[in-house]
Amino acid sequence: MTNMAEDLKAPDLTGGAPLRGGAISPEDRRHNTHRRSTRERKKRTTNVIIYGALVVLVVALMMPFIWMVSSSLKENNQVLTVPIQWIPSEFVWSNYTDIWTRIPMMGYLQNSLYLAVIITCLQVLTGSLAAYGFSKVRFPGRDVLFLCYIGTIAVPWQAYMVPQYIMMQQLGLTNSFNALILLQAFGAFGVFLMRQYYMTIPDELCEAARIDGLSEYGIWARVILPLSKPALASLALLTFVNTWNDYMGPFIYLTSNRLWTVQLGLRSFVGQFDAEYAMIMTGSVISVIPILFIFLLGQRYFIQGIATSGMKG
Amino acid sequence: MTTETITQAPGPARTTPHSRGNRKQARRNTLIGWTFILPNFLGFLAFTLIPVLAAFALSFMEWTSFTAPKWVGLANFQRMFASDSFWVALRNTVVYALGHVPLTMALALVLAMLLNRKLKGIGFFRVAIFFPYITSLVAVAVVWNMLFSPDSGPINQFLHAVGIAEAPGWTSSSDWALPAVIITSVWRDMGYYMVLYLAGLQAIPAELYEAAEVDGASAWQRFWNVTIPSLRPTTFFVVVMLTVSSFKVFDLIVVMTNGGPGRSTTVLSQLIYQEGIGEGKFGYSSAISLVLFLIVLTVTVLQFKIQQRRER
Repeated sequence: MTNMAEDLKAPDLTGGAPLRGGAISPEDRRHNTHRRSTRERKKRTTNVIIYGALVVLVVALMMPFIWMVSSSLKENNQVLTVPIQWIPSEFVWSNYTDIWTRIPMMGYLQNSLYLAVIITCLQVLTGSLAAYGFSKVRFPGRDVLFLCYIGTIAVPWQAYMVPQYIMMQQLGLTNSFNALILLQAFGAFGVFLMRQYYMTIPDELCEAARIDGLSEYGIWARVILPLSKPALASLALLTFVNTWNDYMGPFIYLTSNRLWTVQLGLRSFVGQFDAEYAMIMTGSVISVIPILFIFLLGQRYFIQGIATSGMKG
Repeated sequence: MTTETITQAPGPARTTPHSRGNRKQARRNTLIGWTFILPNFLGFLAFTLIPVLAAFALSFMEWTSFTAPKWVGLANFQRMFASDSFWVALRNTVVYALGHVPLTMALALVLAMLLNRKLKGIGFFRVAIFFPYITSLVAVAVVWNMLFSPDSGPINQFLHAVGIAEAPGWTSSSDWALPAVIITSVWRDMGYYMVLYLAGLQAIPAELYEAAEVDGASAWQRFWNVTIPSLRPTTFFVVVMLTVSSFKVFDLIVVMTNGGPGRSTTVLSQLIYQEGIGEGKFGYSSAISLVLFLIVLTVTVLQFKIQQRRER
């Protein structure tokens, strides 16, 4: 699977890169001064049509989000009306102030943040260290060990969640953050992602640093880490978002309300007060905003990380 | 799966077995290598590798939260194959995959073709379509559940408006709950696969299209004879990823329908959870886990074999 993934270089989503393929017809490049002006006019009309089509398409696909935001600003009894009200007749901004007292939203956000930060730091640190060992230091048994890592990525985690759970039960760690941190901070995925990147860094660089008298740890810290910023960013963002969005982990391990993450809190809110449509949507919007923010900040690293590894956490 | 990617990286010093100094160097390398790997490896060993191996062993044992573990051979599997709920879960999982894989693939390709052009602001459209893939699943499930609301949900209102009098009951109907889940997951995943297809499209040399055009090929012919064959590696990858992820479907189901109504959307992962963690039947649930793993493995290996034959 991985080789395949390497072939699929992450495209530049900003549209800046020169695109090849079906989009640009060869005529565009052929300079024919005679017919140029008519062709340009024709091209402009096609562009307008394409823009129109794209706007319609994206609006249609974004409908659930639009509906979510619009509903979060309504009264409960205005959410599911016939016909649909796309713009609330009266903006109920108070939903966004009331939710903090309605459910312990602040606590949920703090729990999610705490878990996401700790797990991300540990994953990035141990992942990049191990990746250095797997790519730049040669010792017997290394490749077999790496195969073990790869092998477990192929096993669906649902297949071993029960042994994990028994283990945590024996250790007395169920219903604690520690269970989730231990289970998620040492993932094989992070090692794999970082190693793929380190393999692209020429060994001559390490060799030169060795001649200059740097220790292996020095090379990792002063040569490799600065060079691998994009990969570190990808891994950090992916891990953070995956932890933030994770539902099954907290669902299995966190039973007391004070430990709940945003996802668990939101789900239980829906279960308890299923008629408070507007407030539920307000909670959904709040749970998505941090992700939107992070995504917009590091969009390039996201796509690269996901495309080069071919997987999400 | 990835043996090919493991190429030998030159270590700090090349070891030639005859000199003592080099042997010392090799031992030093081993030590250094392990210190780098160890922090991650300890956690990986304890919380991933051992549970994976344990899952295999447990599937041949009778072990519940009330009894001591006991070796029972294939008894768990016999019970599983005789159990109705296993077959229901397997059927639902397969139906989900049959809906999810082709729909996501087709829509991702269409979107990629539409968005593969040089236009100002095209990046915005791409990012917008990708975004659902990384939004929290609970928010997605909650919103779609309301959109699917049978009486006055926006989707059924739309269906009424276009003249469908008997709109489906979606998540409240045992026939329509699975399609509702499939629609939601297609919507959520297509942006990601669109990104993969976009990368594939951008790698097709423009000369191929120019040559086809010189030969008088129509747009449709160019699509079938240039685009589709050139995208074969991408499609292969997309199919593998999609199939594997379909068989693993779990959280979306738990949040959206929790397997209901009745057992109409119960899938394999959920059955493992219910039997293993819910009811403490550790051995029996591990047998189901093994089946899930074997399915995922078979799909991957099979598709790899097909791909290899094509390349030859």
